[in-house]
Amino acid sequence: MSKTFRLPDLGEGIGEAEILAVHVTVGQIISEGDLLLEVETDKAAVEIPSPVSGTVQEIRVHKGDMAKVGAILISFVDSAAAGATVQPAPAAEPTVGKEPGTVPAQQIDAAGHPAAVPGAPVPASPATRRLARELGVDLRALTPSGAGGVVTKDDVLAFAEDTDKAEVLPTAPEPAPPAEAGTEIAPPTLPDFSQWGPVSREPFHSIRRATAARMTTSWTRIPHVTCQDAVDITRLEAFRRQHKGEIDQAGGRLTMTIFAMKAAATALKRFPHFNASLDPAAAEIVVKHYYHIGIAVDTEHGLMVPVIRDVDRKSIKELAVELQGTLERARERRNSREEMVGGTFTITNVGGLGGSYFTAIINHPEVAILGLGEGRMQPVVVTTGEGGQEIVPRLMMPIILCFDHRVVDGADAVRFLRRIIELLEDPDELFLTMI
Amino acid sequence: MVMGEMELTCEVLVIGSGPAGYAAAFRAADLGLDVTLVDPRPKPGGVCLFEGCIPSKTGLHLAELIFDARQAAAMGLHFEPPRLELAEVRSWKQQVIDTMADGLLQLGARRGVQLITGRAQFENSTTVRLEHAEVRRVRFRHAVVATGSRPVAFPGTAFRPGSRIINSSQALALADIPESLLVIGGGYVGLELGSLYAAFGSRVEVVEVGDRLLAGVDRDLVEPLQRRLSGLFAAIHLNTRVMTLTEQDDGVKVQLQEAGGGTESRFVDEVLVAIGRQPNSGDLHLDKTAVQLSERGSITVNRQQQTADPHIFAAGDVTGGIQLAHKATREGRVAAEVIAGQNSGFDVRAIPAVVYTDPQIAWCGLTEEQAGKQGIEIAVQKFPWRYSGRAQTMAAADGFTKLIVNPEDGRILGVGIVGRNAESMIAEGTLAIEMGALAEDLALTLHPHPTLSETEAEAAEIFIGSPIHTLPTRRGDR
Repeated sequence: MSKTFRLPDLGEGIGEAEILAVHVTVGQIISEGDLLLEVETDKAAVEIPSPVSGTVQEIRVHKGDMAKVGAILISFVDSAAAGATVQPAPAAEPTVGKEPGTVPAQQIDAAGHPAAVPGAPVPASPATRRLARELGVDLRALTPSGAGGVVTKDDVLAFAEDTDKAEVLPTAPEPAPPAEAGTEIAPPTLPDFSQWGPVSREPFHSIRRATAARMTTSWTRIPHVTCQDAVDITRLEAFRRQHKGEIDQAGGRLTMTIFAMKAAATALKRFPHFNASLDPAAAEIVVKHYYHIGIAVDTEHGLMVPVIRDVDRKSIKELAVELQGTLERARERRNSREEMVGGTFTITNVGGLGGSYFTAIINHPEVAILGLGEGRMQPVVVTTGEGGQEIVPRLMMPIILCFDHRVVDGADAVRFLRRIIELLEDPDELFLTMI
Repeated sequence: MVMGEMELTCEVLVIGSGPAGYAAAFRAADLGLDVTLVDPRPKPGGVCLFEGCIPSKTGLHLAELIFDARQAAAMGLHFEPPRLELAEVRSWKQQVIDTMADGLLQLGARRGVQLITGRAQFENSTTVRLEHAEVRRVRFRHAVVATGSRPVAFPGTAFRPGSRIINSSQALALADIPESLLVIGGGYVGLELGSLYAAFGSRVEVVEVGDRLLAGVDRDLVEPLQRRLSGLFAAIHLNTRVMTLTEQDDGVKVQLQEAGGGTESRFVDEVLVAIGRQPNSGDLHLDKTAVQLSERGSITVNRQQQTADPHIFAAGDVTGGIQLAHKATREGRVAAEVIAGQNSGFDVRAIPAVVYTDPQIAWCGLTEEQAGKQGIEIAVQKFPWRYSGRAQTMAAADGFTKLIVNPEDGRILGVGIVGRNAESMIAEGTLAIEMGALAEDLALTLHPHPTLSETEAEAAEIFIGSPIHTLPTRRGDR
């Protein structure tokens, strides 16, 4: 009997993965638990052990391929039959071994429903099946949300809307239509750039592509508005320099980002709609009563946004230590998937790179993102005690808030940003009121 | 000839204007394609409308009235014995057909479908030559072959006009009501037409070579019908082969041979041959194209109704499989949609089928017989109509409703019904299967009382262990 290994559900809505390495060869006898593949999703690199024992009969992917969740990657001949002649390649839809322990090959969703058994038809209404056919969605790749394991139209739509998932796959017999084909204007075909000079082409893969898909979703779905200001961090910087040594000794790094996290969490508590998500389907705003802040990190693999949980309940020192560890893991791509999800608000600090004012793209489905630039000494007009005015040098940091205008208005945004500025300008105020 | 070699060019040529053909033509036209429809008949409708489904049901409706009028005597309502005026019956039947055909004609014209009367033969993958038509040649981008099927003749005989050996089409012309009629074939055509002629006064004998009537239908569904037919027909010969048919001036001599038994001979007024239908693929010159045929002559297609020739699609009886108008219609639509560039396909999980005898038999989805053959594990529950108030009021208590369910998750896989009005009730079972419904869903859906449809809910209630009008088979879990 032959068995197949399909790309398991990697959780968190990940629809596909890049094959980083194939650790087996055709004809190799493997035992359950042996390393099969190494794959990379937009969130993390994952090693996949074999859920079965047997002889590798066919390998359908190569290093560098993109594979979709549910796609057949490797087929095996049962250990019992392994001694016999190797059977011919299975048909397009061979069955997956059903014995217990084949998880993750057999997908179990969060609610504990087993995914449809390959071979038996996936329960879905005729209209749902037609929609899936038209959108090129494989019903078997979906997690059913309907009663009794029925796949609904919404399941299909949600799956197709994720451009990441609807992309063409090497194993797909026909190219799937791009998601939302009806609403998007097809991009014009590109000219032959080489006619004007030499070019080289590079793959548009994994993190880069996931970033592109996410940014497109954010930019096209969220009406972005940006407000900008400058924050006087002269006093805060003095405080930072004063305490930097102790934090270093504790294994952390005291940066402006740490203070910004604390200030943001404090402000988010007062302005809860910035710590929310819009649920257009339910016509509701989902307000989160936890403060998990994502920090955008530039790595050599691309942009990553690990999340620091419960920022409101941690001290400056704890945050400085935790963030340092998280950033190190991000640069080495060792973040667990859990570390990469669940954020309620994002901070991106380009100050370390010497950046100044910019606009940011909101990390969908969050409502706002805070940007920080480099603090620079600037001439600032200040009012003296006697009511006179003078120009003094102050350390001024650009601060930017980009927000979803569907959920909050400009006035709220200015108030929210002003609150963060007040907290950062006055360390006493920050430490007295921060939570 | 003034016409010369008049040629026509179109995007889609549909050959055959039966349920598959007109569905394909109408759908293609609705999708903006330029469509030509060719058929030897001047009006659309095909065998179904002119000599199949529709005329047989006009006759069977009358048969049912005759039976009901007789049965009403037992309930205290008395009629005079029925008097059949065959000419009037024919004209009533013709009126029904004409109404439907004229409707189709108009629907086609309004859509801009060009209807040509004639026979098409392929010259190559993109051209047909027409016989007996004002246009001699049609060039097309895509063709849909929907030429249907025809009755198989008894070996050594042919269906000729005026012959006493007739097929279903000739039987439905209702030229006369023979005193005695021998029906060869215990399938649905033989039983429906046998019932019709028996009700109209013929002495009917049915001869079936197999060991049962309605092969392929679950035995339990056939039993109540077989009981009724045993009274209606003069005889039902199972395991019996017709050896020879000899037509004479005053009747037909039939030699019968029972399996393991002796031979018998009969002399009857007419013989109805109902031993199956064969695809109309032979006269199309398909050898000029890349279309491939099965051994039985049906055109091989995929789920997009595509043949091996990229220009040519096929739909309906000519593609083989179960020969049903509703299946043909869907296939025609799918062909049109695929031609129009849609990502369409024949994606049907439950094809319903109805035998219009009295009682009727209807089923859809998986049968017990198929489950047995394919080794699919099933749970079966039946609700006998003797517990149905509505069935009792109609004196139709001999029927039952059967659910075939996946024992693991309770999902409905098949439904079978025998009894009055099974034709309408089967639609609920079909919908349930297509929607992926569980027996529990059917049980929890309120059904109006008193109706026969309640029997579907009650059968489902037995499955989940909580029926009202019969006793639960297991206890305590719900």
